[in-house]
Amino acid sequence: MRPFRYERPDDAAAAVALLAVSPEGRYLGGGTNLVDLMRLGVETPNLLVDISGIVGHEIDDRGDGGVTIGAGVTNSRLAADPRVRRDYPVLSQALLDGASGQLRNLATVGGNLLQRTRCAYFQDVSKPCNKRRPGTGCPARTGEHRNLAVFGHSGQCVATHPSDMAVALVALDATVLVRGPGGERVVALTELHRLPGDEPERDTVLRPGELITSIALAPSPVAANSVYRKVRERRSFAFALVSVAAALQMRDGAVSEVRLAFGGVAHRPWRASVAEAALRGRPASEPAFVAALDAELERAQPLRQNAYKLPMLRRVAVRALTELAEAQ
Amino acid sequence: MTAPASPSGAEAPVLQAVRLVVNGTEYALRVDTRTSLLDLLREDLGLTGAKKGCDHGQCGACTVLIDGQRANACLALAVAHDGARIVTVEGLADGDTLSALQQAFIDHDALQCGYCTPGQLCAATGMLQEVADGWPSSVTPETGPAHPIKLSEAEIRERMSGNLCRCGAYANIVPAIADSAR
Repeated sequence: MRPFRYERPDDAAAAVALLAVSPEGRYLGGGTNLVDLMRLGVETPNLLVDISGIVGHEIDDRGDGGVTIGAGVTNSRLAADPRVRRDYPVLSQALLDGASGQLRNLATVGGNLLQRTRCAYFQDVSKPCNKRRPGTGCPARTGEHRNLAVFGHSGQCVATHPSDMAVALVALDATVLVRGPGGERVVALTELHRLPGDEPERDTVLRPGELITSIALAPSPVAANSVYRKVRERRSFAFALVSVAAALQMRDGAVSEVRLAFGGVAHRPWRASVAEAALRGRPASEPAFVAALDAELERAQPLRQNAYKLPMLRRVAVRALTELAEAQ
Repeated sequence: MTAPASPSGAEAPVLQAVRLVVNGTEYALRVDTRTSLLDLLREDLGLTGAKKGCDHGQCGACTVLIDGQRANACLALAVAHDGARIVTVEGLADGDTLSALQQAFIDHDALQCGYCTPGQLCAATGMLQEVADGWPSSVTPETGPAHPIKLSEAEIRERMSGNLCRCGAYANIVPAIADSAR
């Protein structure tokens, strides 16, 4: 591992100032992904700016029924928060379906959003990878891509975003507060992560040196009836083959509001906006759910090894929506 | 802002002071910033109970308690835990009196080769506190935060999924944990 300086600044402004003059530096949260990537040689920072003491550790009521989550809150604390379990169950469930108990105790929610893909080629420095070294090629496209993207990939990159939590936050229309050299700005979760296009080295729209300081959830009546469903190769402690974050509200048997997002299928959490539009105002019934999913899946571009994800996604999403319809 | 280069061109290690309380004893050390908490415990303090299995956070053999919470010591940088209170498997017993969990592992023969056992013991110790604190798991029925958690076999297996046992001693580990929680 490359030697690095370690700094623990007093506040966010000092942290941002440190990285502004050290382009090879990185922010350190819980370290569960970054330290591993440094050990693998994928990340080679010469400076770690530990922000765990300066980004928030609290989950605050906003006063309007929503919550603000400090970026330093651990995954386990957010999952256990009584307000989150009651008002945003999809978020608590997504967190609990990710990683292991001891990793969730270290991992922060800011770091969860910024974790890197687990594509095996990205993590292996002996292999070409456009995300790790732009212009070297993507062996995954013709090689092992069983676990990789079926939506929105490019000729340059077929990686998936690994987070479960981010899928729930995208379905909930969360926002993140970001601090950078130019001041603060708010970024919608649906816009935070990118599709790879011809710049697969950029996972997010964050600019160099920008720091996520908190996550905001607006009050959301539909979120109270929500669920996260994840399919993986073993029952626990594995990344998603496919996952579904769903929320549903009905009036007189029809869908009045619906949120649907998929994990494990794209370079970013995939908001199923086509399916959502097809469902609003329609009867909350299985045939309508199937038709909406089929419309969404028309956007898919499965690769040689991963077409299995499409029927799996359809079944998991229809089942999740059916459960939510029955629960109302 | 880069680390100073040595004559060979390689960047020199950066040393930093760290204070830790490990199993009740205070230590002040100077470590390479790259040192994991696991390597500090094993190499600098000679506490070889916590094991290096995968060194990637996937096996749980390195699990220790940091400020009372279970965590993978292999992914924790020592410098990032300055001031923390650490408990390793060597600190679970009270003198010669084993903890209820340690005794239950012996009573249930909950190990074969024993390599994963220190991590299993620290993880289960932290896990039982999480249950007592009402933290849900992926398999906890959604009866609401107010209800106490029933520590079923499914709960134990889910909550201990971060600790692998390649001997497959799970059949005895699960009852040992259940027994100690009674």
